[in-house]
Amino acid sequence: MRKLWTKVLGLGTFISLLLPAMALAAGGGGAAPVVIVSDTRKLGGAFAWWANLYNESHVYFTIATIIIIPVVGCLFGFLADVVMAHIGIDLEHRDLAEH
Amino acid sequence: MDWLYVLMPISGVSIFWPGLIILGIGVGIIGGFFGMGGAWMVTPGLNILGFPMAFAIGTDIAHMAGKSLISTLRHGKFGNVDYKLGMIMLVGTVVGFEVGAQMIMWLERIGQVNIVVRWMYIILLALIAWMVFADVAKRRRKEKEALASGGELDKLATGLEWHKTFHKIKIPPMVHLEVAGIYCSAWVPIFVSFLTGWLAGILGIGGGLIRMPSLIYIVGCPTHVAVGTDLFEVMISGLYGAATYTYKGRVELIAALIMLVGAAVGAQVGAVATKYIKGYGIRVAFGCAVIGCLISVVFKLIPQYVPEIKRTCDVLATWFVLGVVTILSLYIAVNMFKGAAAEVRAKKASMGK
Repeated sequence: MRKLWTKVLGLGTFISLLLPAMALAAGGGGAAPVVIVSDTRKLGGAFAWWANLYNESHVYFTIATIIIIPVVGCLFGFLADVVMAHIGIDLEHRDLAEH
Repeated sequence: MDWLYVLMPISGVSIFWPGLIILGIGVGIIGGFFGMGGAWMVTPGLNILGFPMAFAIGTDIAHMAGKSLISTLRHGKFGNVDYKLGMIMLVGTVVGFEVGAQMIMWLERIGQVNIVVRWMYIILLALIAWMVFADVAKRRRKEKEALASGGELDKLATGLEWHKTFHKIKIPPMVHLEVAGIYCSAWVPIFVSFLTGWLAGILGIGGGLIRMPSLIYIVGCPTHVAVGTDLFEVMISGLYGAATYTYKGRVELIAALIMLVGAAVGAQVGAVATKYIKGYGIRVAFGCAVIGCLISVVFKLIPQYVPEIKRTCDVLATWFVLGVVTILSLYIAVNMFKGAAAEVRAKKASMGK
């Protein structure tokens, strides 16, 4: 038990040593943040709309990204389910149980 | 051959899109099989294809969220996901990830992002590779000893048993994790998730590379449950990471979606392959993948100190990453197709009787 407490205390000390780095990271330092602006001159159609959305509002751009990704993921997952079920693979059970 | 390149609207670079699909398939297979996002291959892979490092990290996390969603759904159906453990780890993962993401923005501002990320990769990968192979070697030793004494090693026996030490921590609240078959202090998974989330945020990965072995060696999960639960975490941290990196303007959604086309197929193949390969088989393959990744990152780091050999190192790193992805994907895919073919044959035979 004493050994265990020594290990826990050691771990606590390690984390406390990391805290200043974390605080510094969250603070951001003194330098100006890097701002990237999309160059829309070469773009047309949906790409131009997408790049303009990025330039105009990072909030809307983020919301659109976060909606599109899971929706596309679910769509592809559903399609793969249909294909695998058609092949005849059991997708609900696994026999192996070892480490 | 201009049609093989697509202009990325935010970063302004032209990218070879078939490379994105191939990378997506490869890391989809490996990610679904090992329970990770595969950023350790995707980030250098995207960097090699021409993305600046900060965009490579953000884009990778965005595609990872979609891909791990597909894999989690599949593993969930096999009973490989301990959702209770996943939910406990969620807070630590998110808090740790945000601290790490803030740190990477700070490193970017002081111009140290490339060198710090690569050195951290190297140290972590070396540690993980050592841990996995030490575990495999110890289990083999136990197996030989059991055979020498005329017995047989228990199917559930493991090599390294550090988790037993961590299970001695009795700080309340104690939790019983039914799917993983573990009874421990809730602080163990919370601590593991914070640390792995923090590292994930800095390295721009979902955290699976660190969390999967941590779930096995510290929390004490069986390999298959570690894979499934880890993917659940990767999915959540991937979505959160995608949101923060998108808000900071470092995600190319077009590239992420192109990769997702390949990754969706690969993730299914990888997840189904865990049905046919034993736990220690997964661990050995994982160790090999980590070593391959380690060598490729070393190739990318050398030019920071010897700039005149940068071109040679870049070519070698490219071949190495592609080689590792190809060999592992083939190993997993072949085992999956063999297992599936045997299953379908057995089904047909039983129906014929």
